[in-house]
Amino acid sequence: MRDVSIIGIGQTRVGEHWDKSLRQLAVEAILAALSDAGLERADALYVGNMLSGEVSGQEHVAALIADFAGLRGIEAVKVEAAESSGAAALRLGYMAVASGLMDTVIVCGVEKMTDAVSSATASAALALAVDSDYETLHGLSLAALNALLMRRYMHEYSVKREDFAPFTVNAHRNAASNPYAMFPRPVTTEAFMKAPMIADPVSLMDSAPLADGAAAIVLCPGHRARGFTAGAVRIVASAVATDSLAIHDRRDPLFLEGAYLSAQRAYQQADVGSVDIDLFEVHDAFTITAALSLEACGFAQRGQGVHLAQEGEIALDGRIPICTMGGLKARGNPVGATGVYQIVELVEQLRGQAGVNQVKGARLGMAQSIGGTGGTVITHILEAP
Amino acid sequence: MTIMKPIREVGIIGYGAYVPRYRLPASEIARIWTEGQGGLPIKEKAVAGLDEDTVTISIEAARNALKRASINPWEIRAVWVGSESHPYAVKPTSTIVAEAIGATTDVQAADFEFACKAGTETIQAAIGFVGSGMTRYALGIGADTAQGRPGDALEYTTGCGGAAYVIGPREESLAYFEGTYSYVSDMPDFFRRPYERYPQHGSRFTGEPAYFTHVLAAGQHLMDELGYTAADYTAAVFHQPNTRFPQEAARQLGFTPEQIEVGLLVPLVGNIYAGSSMLGLTAILDEASPADRILLVSYGSGAGSDAFSLVVTELIGERRDRAPCTRDYIARHKKVDYAAYVRYRKKLQMH
Repeated sequence: MRDVSIIGIGQTRVGEHWDKSLRQLAVEAILAALSDAGLERADALYVGNMLSGEVSGQEHVAALIADFAGLRGIEAVKVEAAESSGAAALRLGYMAVASGLMDTVIVCGVEKMTDAVSSATASAALALAVDSDYETLHGLSLAALNALLMRRYMHEYSVKREDFAPFTVNAHRNAASNPYAMFPRPVTTEAFMKAPMIADPVSLMDSAPLADGAAAIVLCPGHRARGFTAGAVRIVASAVATDSLAIHDRRDPLFLEGAYLSAQRAYQQADVGSVDIDLFEVHDAFTITAALSLEACGFAQRGQGVHLAQEGEIALDGRIPICTMGGLKARGNPVGATGVYQIVELVEQLRGQAGVNQVKGARLGMAQSIGGTGGTVITHILEAP
Repeated sequence: MTIMKPIREVGIIGYGAYVPRYRLPASEIARIWTEGQGGLPIKEKAVAGLDEDTVTISIEAARNALKRASINPWEIRAVWVGSESHPYAVKPTSTIVAEAIGATTDVQAADFEFACKAGTETIQAAIGFVGSGMTRYALGIGADTAQGRPGDALEYTTGCGGAAYVIGPREESLAYFEGTYSYVSDMPDFFRRPYERYPQHGSRFTGEPAYFTHVLAAGQHLMDELGYTAADYTAAVFHQPNTRFPQEAARQLGFTPEQIEVGLLVPLVGNIYAGSSMLGLTAILDEASPADRILLVSYGSGAGSDAFSLVVTELIGERRDRAPCTRDYIARHKKVDYAAYVRYRKKLQMH
């Protein structure tokens, strides 16, 4: 198995791109990443996307995007794992290079949520990630399922709604200086408490916004990376784990087993522990998910994830900075693309190019992407140049 | 130059408003559809009664405009009604109105349609008709009995009402036009097929890419070509689908909340659709002083905005009190509950 490095990154702003189609967004990110890498072509393209068929009436998108990016003819395949599709595409790209089968690979995550014109359509589309026979059939949306988890968590650990506010406040504070973020504006705890409910106790402020966006990276074998850039970032761990889709089938609904397994495999590959991670791009689709993820990955004890946030340990200068460029909550969540945005942001940090958001001395960065309520969890650990 | 000015200067000879008396509080809609939860975009909306429709609203507004104009109705050479709720798909509203006000038979009549800007188009056409010398007076009306799909977000704001304007030579005007401009593009933000009862709309797509793009472009372009900024205006009125959109459009064009206060009627009557900005203008004229400059920018889905710059004259004082003012119509109100509203607006089809 060969080492794999990231030699180029590209991203579009996350937002409502009424005037750009799915393929336009993807091409924009891919061309930016190729330019960053100093390349004009690559051997393969793996596209992470969840909803192209459902909301845009277009499947077969990897071939489509390869063509429109001027890469007609290369190997190109779409990868789907619900909201973790972007990270899943990276997993495939990583395996292609590590195995020796491919040399230069583009990984692109893209999503065009605004093709789902009404919020009802968007909510129904997201529900494709949960168990259709046993959860969706009963009217449970992704927000509703997370609301059940949040409600139970608050009961088990005597935690109040207000205790989740620091996740949102932290994410927005960091997004304020990210030009690619959807909501580059700070929010207060007061605004958090006044937010309208989506599915009690999950409010608008607990919930990452759906949006359009595309992010792309270029991979190459580790031994060739230096030839492209001094800012090559090595992938030291890549791990996928699964769990039941339905939360009622989980061994313990308040423990993200998939996140635990995925993180453990990643730590093992990189030969590190949670204590060695300098920053964590967590999958904060909901504030409860952020809390549970921190616990499952070993950054906090069970029921203590919320306290980690309250004690300021998740801030840029804290023990385990999260959402350093805004996270899903404030940078935005173009679902299938999000996993690649997390990687792009880690690369910026590890290259020392995060500006005022720079985590000092960042050497090892971890990104984790979750599909559904935890059915697929994909963890990558990256090392600074 | 892309702004439009006629060869002869023209203005408003008389204006008139009409708002039905019934009011449905937004809280009533929330009570039925969301158990009282969620924010309310306005306080209440005007509801047409059982015997009211776009025709009756247009006639009453036209009569008020004629009272202020104090001209003989047979001197009007064109009667135009813009609406998205014309009672007939084929049979003009304008002929009924023309007959009712005594303007037939030496008259051109036509119905206009372009969502919420159907009314302001009649004004632009009237400016052209009078400004070219084809006639001394023309009557333009914007009126609607808007229908909201039950349970839809738009049901909170779909209101009823209208405004009418007699357009004539500048020398006889209580307010004259400095210029007008339209910004139009093909935009499917809100539409209805003929066999459908209620329109479809694009949720968030109706905001920034639709309403704001057109309203801001039209308003800014007209002001730029006339050499004005917001500070040169006493008042401004924008199309009012809800309270927030016109407030935000005003802010982005440089207007203060005070400048749009008098014309901002949507919290109390709802979105009057083709009559929205035109009704707002009547409220402004009810309180205007000579030399006041006013900006009006309408918006119609599909989409486009018509912008007008007007200046009030000395004649406003003697004409204004000849007909009820808009605030009088707003103050004349009777609350109905959701059940009465469903009956009055014929939402229950029993056969």
